[in-house]
Amino acid sequence: MLEHLELFFKSIFIDNMVFAVFLGMCSYLAVSKKVTTAVGLGAAVIFVLGVTVPLNWLLDQYILQEGALVWLGPEYADYDLSFLSFIMFIATIATMVQLVEIVVEKFSPALYNSLGIFLPLIAVNCAILGGSLFMQAREIPSLALAFNYGISSGIGWFLAILAIAAIREKIRYSNVPAPLRGLGITFIITGLMGIGFQSFGGMLTGGDEGADSPVPETAVRDTEVEESEVSTSEADSKKKKEEVVISYNDALNK
Amino acid sequence: MALLTKKDANLIIDPLADNNPITIQVLGICSALAITAELKASVVMAISVVFVLGVGNVVISLMRNIIPSKIRIIVQLVVIAALVIVVDQVLKAFAYELSKTLAVFVGLIITNCIIMGRFEAFALGNGPWRSFLDGIGNALGYGVILIIVGFFRELLGSGTLFGYPVLGDPIAKTGLYSIGYENNGFMILPPAALIVVGIIIWVQRSRNTALIEEN
Repeated sequence: MLEHLELFFKSIFIDNMVFAVFLGMCSYLAVSKKVTTAVGLGAAVIFVLGVTVPLNWLLDQYILQEGALVWLGPEYADYDLSFLSFIMFIATIATMVQLVEIVVEKFSPALYNSLGIFLPLIAVNCAILGGSLFMQAREIPSLALAFNYGISSGIGWFLAILAIAAIREKIRYSNVPAPLRGLGITFIITGLMGIGFQSFGGMLTGGDEGADSPVPETAVRDTEVEESEVSTSEADSKKKKEEVVISYNDALNK
Repeated sequence: MALLTKKDANLIIDPLADNNPITIQVLGICSALAITAELKASVVMAISVVFVLGVGNVVISLMRNIIPSKIRIIVQLVVIAALVIVVDQVLKAFAYELSKTLAVFVGLIITNCIIMGRFEAFALGNGPWRSFLDGIGNALGYGVILIIVGFFRELLGSGTLFGYPVLGDPIAKTGLYSIGYENNGFMILPPAALIVVGIIIWVQRSRNTALIEEN
């Protein structure tokens, strides 16, 4: 139970799809002009991530990983098909998106009208493929956790696009320098929001008791490297904060 | 007769500045931001995208008359995924360390919107040679931004370029560091990439006012 909660909050705030790893930026920038459309796309992303990440987890576990084919018979134990994962994952995603579109259109025309136009867009949203690839790289151990990971990273993406859409609706009334208008200021605002989200970094390992439940991870390259950079460059910042940063790193390096 | 007519040359030159995929068309932002903390990774990423987009555009352009339009997205994804697998395997064989830094972002070339965007907008309606030029041009335009961002982030963030110290040694306090210069750790953090791209857009649009958005 605890690991579910931990993964849930970690994927929403610390490894936020948009602010920590920049996934799904294209649709994030293109569809964030109005709050209502942003909500539609965000909901569709949560939904599709919740479906495709567990599916791809099964694929990875029973077909792609080294030795995964052993259930076919002992002679298949040496096969390593992991180089096929890109094509398998993207095929799953594309077909799932198509399938979901057909099913939703048939059974819930109202939902289709609000989600419908976004579904084809989602097949090429990097957040979706990224979700599956990070799931594989982080070696998420069980199907339930994979489902949790899909849903919670979707929620993180949803929060991000909702926030930027709301800001962009308001910023229309501000006097932004002409060359920065539109795209430029959106980038900079996202950067500032990202700095805000960085402060969630020590959330799960902030306390003393948190340090002895480390999260073993193989592929949090960005955040890990950067956290250690922070701890060295901020050496003279507040002592309390430094303690937090160091305990986080210790936890990760364990 | 020149190898490139003027019209063909424009296919390559336009995306480098006035129709840049990142700053004007808003395509392919994800990978542009995530891997630019080091110049080396940016260069490798740029080369990979040049390869995938150049070859992919030609393949799609050759098949453009036989792809049924209803399933074209899946066909395109399969073509891209196959090319990306080639890139990934080559990187793993010849630059293993680097392929670890790039991690999942090589895979994410598949969903890089530049590639789908150019397939849809150009390769489906033009012959192979022009599609090839268009692919190379757009990928180079993407690469230029990647390299600029990578250059500033690595220089200001770690004081190195391609991993070689260019500003002196921060620990022994030589070079610039001897007069009190410090690396800006913020430049390595993810949000810095967004701000650097924002500034590039700002500079570009103040130089070319025709590009300014209405609001």
